[in-house]
Amino acid sequence: MRSPVELWIYLSTSPLIWLTLTVCTWIAASEVSRRLDRNPLVNPVLTSILLLSLVMTVFEIPYQQFFEGAQFVHFLLGPATVAIAVPLYRQWDRVRRLFLPIAAALFVGSFAAVSSVVVLGTLLGLSEDVVVSFLPKSATAGVAMAISASLGGNPSLTAVLVILTGIVGALIVTPFMNLMRVRDYAARGFAAGLTSHGIGTARAYEVDETAGLFAAIAMALNAVATSAVVPLAAAWIGR
Amino acid sequence: MLRGLAALLFFQLLGESLVFVTGFPVPGPVIGLVLLFLSLLALQGRLRETIPAVEAAAGALLGNLGLFFVPAGVGVVALWGVVQDEGGAIAAVLIVSAVFTLAVTVWTFIAVRRLLGERDGAA
Repeated sequence: MRSPVELWIYLSTSPLIWLTLTVCTWIAASEVSRRLDRNPLVNPVLTSILLLSLVMTVFEIPYQQFFEGAQFVHFLLGPATVAIAVPLYRQWDRVRRLFLPIAAALFVGSFAAVSSVVVLGTLLGLSEDVVVSFLPKSATAGVAMAISASLGGNPSLTAVLVILTGIVGALIVTPFMNLMRVRDYAARGFAAGLTSHGIGTARAYEVDETAGLFAAIAMALNAVATSAVVPLAAAWIGR
Repeated sequence: MLRGLAALLFFQLLGESLVFVTGFPVPGPVIGLVLLFLSLLALQGRLRETIPAVEAAAGALLGNLGLFFVPAGVGVVALWGVVQDEGGAIAAVLIVSAVFTLAVTVWTFIAVRRLLGERDGAA
């Protein structure tokens, strides 16, 4: 027989426990969110991150060790991005009819997302490295990290800013749109997906199916648009 | 389902390969998305066994999209030291930029839609 301490040492260094914990935490957080009528304050992405971070801090687990297990979940971001082709294909007729609003909102929105970071970041005295890592924050994580790396930014910092932007957008989109009395769910969803990529899209799907679809479309289009706009903004600040 | 997952992985692989070979500055999964979309359009409902499998796999992934952001999000703790000094300014930029982007995007969408007199039942 081995002692529980030996078991803990064995488990904590294997990927299995961190993968299991990540998935189980997500299921629990989703269940809590569902029971509380999808209240944005218990957004499952936010609560999962907070709970897991707490565990990592309490048990002094280095992030690298946690990621050994969690990377299997992280990896699915790629196929999940490809999967957006399916709702896009299913709803293609509706998308085509709204081609002009979509194109205009994409153009204005992607410039707004990037240029607001340059202006505010410079105004508030953020260092240039942080600003460069900040620029692609409205694109989905895998895309944003690739853009950041290609411009000499810090991809890990970018990942964090992407997630935080996602959470902030998911938290404010519903109260903000209600306050502005926007009842066009295609427009609401499009804005949520463009601003807050997958996390905004997940939130939009919770609120309304049309909103979810247009959020997914906006996320897909803005991944491409951000790849084009960010290098321009980087050149503007001299990178 | 498994066939569907294989198809999604295959299109990602295709996208990543194209990006690597051509140096085109768009991430691989986005190219994979575009290629899968074009293939679905071109097939127009043929491949009766594979397409429902792709739809099932896509539904499963998109239904739990939030989960896939969790591992990178936990990295916030690991990076806290890097951003600590600029934390306040970063938070301000995040929030103001998000509100600004939401507002101009939704207003542009609605303005152009009204200009065209388009309704689509939802407005």
